[in-house]
Amino acid sequence: MTDALAFDIAHLLAGGMVLVSFMLLYQDRMNGILNAFTLHALVLAAAVAWQAHIQSAPHLYLTAVIALGFKAIVIPLALRQIVQRLGIHREIEKVVGVGLTMLAGLGLTALAILVVLPVTGGADAVAREDLAFSLAVVLLGLLMMITRRNAVSQIVGFMSLENGLILGATGARGMPLVVEVSVAFSVLIAFIVFGVFLFRIRERFDTVDVQALDRFRGDRG
Amino acid sequence: MSDLALAAVLLVPALAIPVLALVPAYHLSARINVAATLVTWLASLVLLGARPVPGDFLLVDDFNVYLIVLNTFVGFTTSIFSASYIDHELETGRLTPGYLRFYHAMYQAMMGAMNLALLANNVGLMWVAVEVATVTTVLMVGVYRTAEALEAAWKYFILGSVGISLAFFGTILIYLAAQEVLGEGLPAMAWSRLVTVSGLLDPDLLNLSFVFLLVGYGTKVGLAPLHAWLPDAHAEGPTPISAVLSGLLLNVAMFAVLRFKMVMAGNPGALAPGPLMITMGLTSLLFAALMLYRRRDIKRLFAYSSIEHMGIITFAFGMGGPLANFAGLLHMTMHSLTKSAIFFAVGHIAQVKGTQRLADIRGLGATHPLLAWGFALGVVAIAGLPPMGVFMSEFLVVTSTFAREPLLAVPLTLGLLTAFGALILRLQGVLFGTPTGSTAPVRASYLPMFAHLGLVLLAGLWLPPPVVRWFEHVAALLG
Repeated sequence: MTDALAFDIAHLLAGGMVLVSFMLLYQDRMNGILNAFTLHALVLAAAVAWQAHIQSAPHLYLTAVIALGFKAIVIPLALRQIVQRLGIHREIEKVVGVGLTMLAGLGLTALAILVVLPVTGGADAVAREDLAFSLAVVLLGLLMMITRRNAVSQIVGFMSLENGLILGATGARGMPLVVEVSVAFSVLIAFIVFGVFLFRIRERFDTVDVQALDRFRGDRG
Repeated sequence: MSDLALAAVLLVPALAIPVLALVPAYHLSARINVAATLVTWLASLVLLGARPVPGDFLLVDDFNVYLIVLNTFVGFTTSIFSASYIDHELETGRLTPGYLRFYHAMYQAMMGAMNLALLANNVGLMWVAVEVATVTTVLMVGVYRTAEALEAAWKYFILGSVGISLAFFGTILIYLAAQEVLGEGLPAMAWSRLVTVSGLLDPDLLNLSFVFLLVGYGTKVGLAPLHAWLPDAHAEGPTPISAVLSGLLLNVAMFAVLRFKMVMAGNPGALAPGPLMITMGLTSLLFAALMLYRRRDIKRLFAYSSIEHMGIITFAFGMGGPLANFAGLLHMTMHSLTKSAIFFAVGHIAQVKGTQRLADIRGLGATHPLLAWGFALGVVAIAGLPPMGVFMSEFLVVTSTFAREPLLAVPLTLGLLTAFGALILRLQGVLFGTPTGSTAPVRASYLPMFAHLGLVLLAGLWLPPPVVRWFEHVAALLG
């Protein structure tokens, strides 16, 4: 296989993640968000597996498997359970309108490319592209966390952000500890998602709308 | 011997986690908690004398060894305070025995993670350790399960994860820069190697990565405008956690920033980190100093004071140079000791008065003289009055700024005086006036509080020459 093709596929998959990040931005139903996130994780798994292949780095396959099994299967299933049980599969509110959010997203993507490409002249092409796209995914994830009020969609935003980081880390050739870091991230998410917050928030407020929490700000009253 | 001590600093907390998670009797588990932190502290003292050989993963050098000793010492004294504090929490039913097991296990997990973050040579490992420390503190902040505690924990989690994610992106970039020089694999992430080749690294990549690392770890330091999690997390969690958050975790994040600043300093082409850090430090200082006036909650008040002091420290390191770095290092130590002592006092005050509202805490001097004395000493120290150690370090920061950048000294002094006014005003309210609330005697552990304050006083009056020489040496390393 030629190098050009290897590069094109890596480029395609990383660009696919940015695209799915945009899809996440405009989903206005819980199910839509979870479907889009599943797709995000699938594309990540493919991108990581492709990196493992072209870098001949077998340990990265492990990261790909984690992305596939944990993020594309376990987490969406569990979140679906939660969403069902809480009865919040209706429309979700937004802070800013779709149009504005998408424009902001475009701006952030442009920013990511403008920031990363000029300074990484020395790195190899695959790493550069991956890094630029991964910063774009990170920024889009942040945007999603800011524009959403719902605890579940904030978590999804955080997970998409984290997918971007894994993409960047695997793109950096030979970076050590990538597998450990992806495990650490998964543990973090699992802890937060299942162990603590959702069930406690449910228990206390019968809602997962973070705005309900804002009423309890200690120093304002 | 030194390898053994190094292993003990990391493994004792790790081994204590499952034990504490399983032991049901809380008196016993509180003792085990104290014993584990004591052993960790003693082991860290061994590291002062004998250094293990640095590896790709762990490193003990002149810089981190003093923070390890400080970290484990405050961890030990806080565990003593915690033992008397949780007694009361169990009696009032705020904590159940099940949650207490969880709390103790998390306490050790946090101590172990912070020690690992300080000892890590591999920048990726350091990042993982800071992340674990964040998760454990998030869980502990939410341990009371009240609406306020959950909101605080949620906010801390969201902001903390964002910060930690940005820091990770910075870590990837610094690896990319190092990989061109050091080759692929583990050596390119070892900080000790990064520092030696820093002059050869690509300056543009280094700049970009430092911005991400500063903002990312800066979130954990509590620098404005990314400080929003800090007051809530301090106010709503158990007070021993507020003490370690302020006294230790902020220092650990600051340490991470400084490690990368040292790499930056070795590269002539890279942008100077000073102005960035000075701006963030001054902003945090001025903002927090103003915020101190409107606080109604005693723990929130001192949380804002922590933001203020982290601002001063960031400012001092941003100024750089032997004197300002010396002042920054001293201030890190003094703030950590003083602030945790204040939280020890505040914890007992809030317990005995049954409230954290400043308006409802009055006349402490008449009802609980000893506690009031400890609290007053702590606040006088943190406000920066002589003869306490904080005065010394703040004085050094101000004089070195006057000598080099007189214009910057104006906002700095203004911020310090503003904060001073607010703290003295509040102190007056708490100590004097008609006593409110319960006048029942308090079963407090005064030892940790007065031990900290004694050290701070000692540092203000007389710093032992070996300590001075050693701070000077580390200050020179920091560049």
